[in-house]
Amino acid sequence: MEQLKEIWRTFRHRPMGMVGALMLFSVVFVAILAPWLAPYDPKERIDVEPGDLLAPPDAEHLLGRDDAGKDVLSQLMYGARVSLTVGFVASFMSVFIGTTVGLVAGYFGGRIGNALMRLVDFLLVIPDLPLMLVFITMWGRGLWKIILVIGLLGWTSTARLVRSQVLSIKERQFILRARAIGAGRLRIITRHIFPQVLPLILADAVLSISGAIIAESSLSFLGLGDPMLISWGMMLNFAFERAISRMAWWFLLPPGLAIVWVSVGLIMIGNTLEEIVNPRLKTHHLFDPRHMGALVTGMPPEAEAEVAAQ
Amino acid sequence: MPENDILLEVKNLKMWFPITQGIIFQRHIGDIKAVDGLNFSVRRGETLGLVGESGCGKTTTGRAILQLYRPTEGDVYFEGQNLCKLKGEPLRRMRRKMQMIFQDPYASLNPRMTVGDIVSEPLEVHHILKGKALRERVMDLLEVVGLNRYFVNRYPHEFSGGQRQRIGVARALAVQPDFIVCDEPISALDVSIQAQIINLLEELQAEFHLTYLFIAHDLSVVKHISDRVAVMYLGKIVELPTRAKLYENPLHPYTQALLSAVPIPDPVVEEKRQRIILPGDVPSPANPPKGCNFHPRCPVKIAGTCDVDEPEFIDVGGEHWVACHRVK
Repeated sequence: MEQLKEIWRTFRHRPMGMVGALMLFSVVFVAILAPWLAPYDPKERIDVEPGDLLAPPDAEHLLGRDDAGKDVLSQLMYGARVSLTVGFVASFMSVFIGTTVGLVAGYFGGRIGNALMRLVDFLLVIPDLPLMLVFITMWGRGLWKIILVIGLLGWTSTARLVRSQVLSIKERQFILRARAIGAGRLRIITRHIFPQVLPLILADAVLSISGAIIAESSLSFLGLGDPMLISWGMMLNFAFERAISRMAWWFLLPPGLAIVWVSVGLIMIGNTLEEIVNPRLKTHHLFDPRHMGALVTGMPPEAEAEVAAQ
Repeated sequence: MPENDILLEVKNLKMWFPITQGIIFQRHIGDIKAVDGLNFSVRRGETLGLVGESGCGKTTTGRAILQLYRPTEGDVYFEGQNLCKLKGEPLRRMRRKMQMIFQDPYASLNPRMTVGDIVSEPLEVHHILKGKALRERVMDLLEVVGLNRYFVNRYPHEFSGGQRQRIGVARALAVQPDFIVCDEPISALDVSIQAQIINLLEELQAEFHLTYLFIAHDLSVVKHISDRVAVMYLGKIVELPTRAKLYENPLHPYTQALLSAVPIPDPVVEEKRQRIILPGDVPSPANPPKGCNFHPRCPVKIAGTCDVDEPEFIDVGGEHWVACHRVK
């Protein structure tokens, strides 16, 4: 808890992170309040007359209408619910699995660790999207199946990250002393190792939410989304099939931009968190102005500062 | 207290770390013989010093005794129980009786835990106390080691090295152990702080009837605190005299060389101090010399004996054990 507060204190002063957070919360806000904010029922075909199909934006329909005469803005607002649900639930799943696998593989090592890491390698080399397509085709379409597929296939990078951290933490002396006082394995992992990797997991989780949202959109765009739900990917799919040939940009652009908006927001938060918990990422030393001189003069920055002072 | 109340007995303790080669098929190509056949015992209430230079296996010995490393060979009897044969829950329960104080007070405290959490952990792990009683006891422990009882909510980084080492001592004491391995508890501290910690350890020993295995590389400190002193060289004990004998009559040439390196705090005497400089370096524990470990550097070696036969570890009388062909 103390750590999270500490991270928040630093996070608050990072413009990039705060902008990202605002971007994310704007979408969360819209998603939660969709029933009240949306001007129309997204599934309702309002007094459809031939001219209303793919009608361009006007005062009544700010983002125009789709090929069935439904309001695009309302669809966009409801779509946020699906994207965020998939993003949060699937990424929670994958981070949970990845953390568990990483902790076990890192702490116990040996045969169990090796077996788990080979499984990770195996899953890493298979391209994710085709594999997801195969699973969805086999299982059938549905919101929970999509979440499950994304969650079950996305944990590998988390597992690697956590394992590498655990490998270094478990050699530290306070782990040895915890063993010396008689702490069991479970206690060492949960009380001593997990709190040390928690900040990293947090940053990783935020980044993986955007991954899950994009994965859901890709699946829906390819026509494997839940047919009963409106999601941004589904909208793209419909727009791509029916609207693009008629230059109906108001149907195609909003869902695309919404995906970009929320992903960029999440990535900004995630990168900021990563910078906070792992300061080495902050600036590449070559791009640090203090070090650039060293490249030319071959002098370390401290020496250079001294020369400059003279 | 009976003279021969033996608390800990170590028999032929060996700790070899395997050296392997290859990535998939790891071939075993040798061993680092960090500890190679130790025999000694520790009586209840005494302090056994363990000295030797860097890399001679002192720390490994301490950890192997507490089963933090599983010894390759040999037995460690603690109150008659063979620790090497214990594992899992019974071993975990034995840990309540033997604790350890670490060398580095910076690395051995979890930076994310408060002092209260650190000191109470052993009590929680062994289900000794809970809730308010636990907190009271932790505060009392802090006072026992000379810290303010209201430090419980602070984090390790807020303390100096000496204070952190006191925290380390407090958590080792928490479960009222019989035996504490002090692994160079003062080497990382300032000289002025060293004295404080040593005095604290001595007071606590008298108060709680503790038995120490005191690992150090500083002979003057060991002289101060130990009843008997084991001198290690390259994974073996070369000499184990009582404290008085160590300084009056060191028999092994390695012990003599070590003692000659201790500065004397008297400028006149210090002028006349003759240092015995040993030639060469400590050989690799992966490939120790044949015969007596020490013969390549020994100023008094007997050719044909020392480089062939390993000297036996014998008692030359009055509890003075030594392993040297020169001593009969």
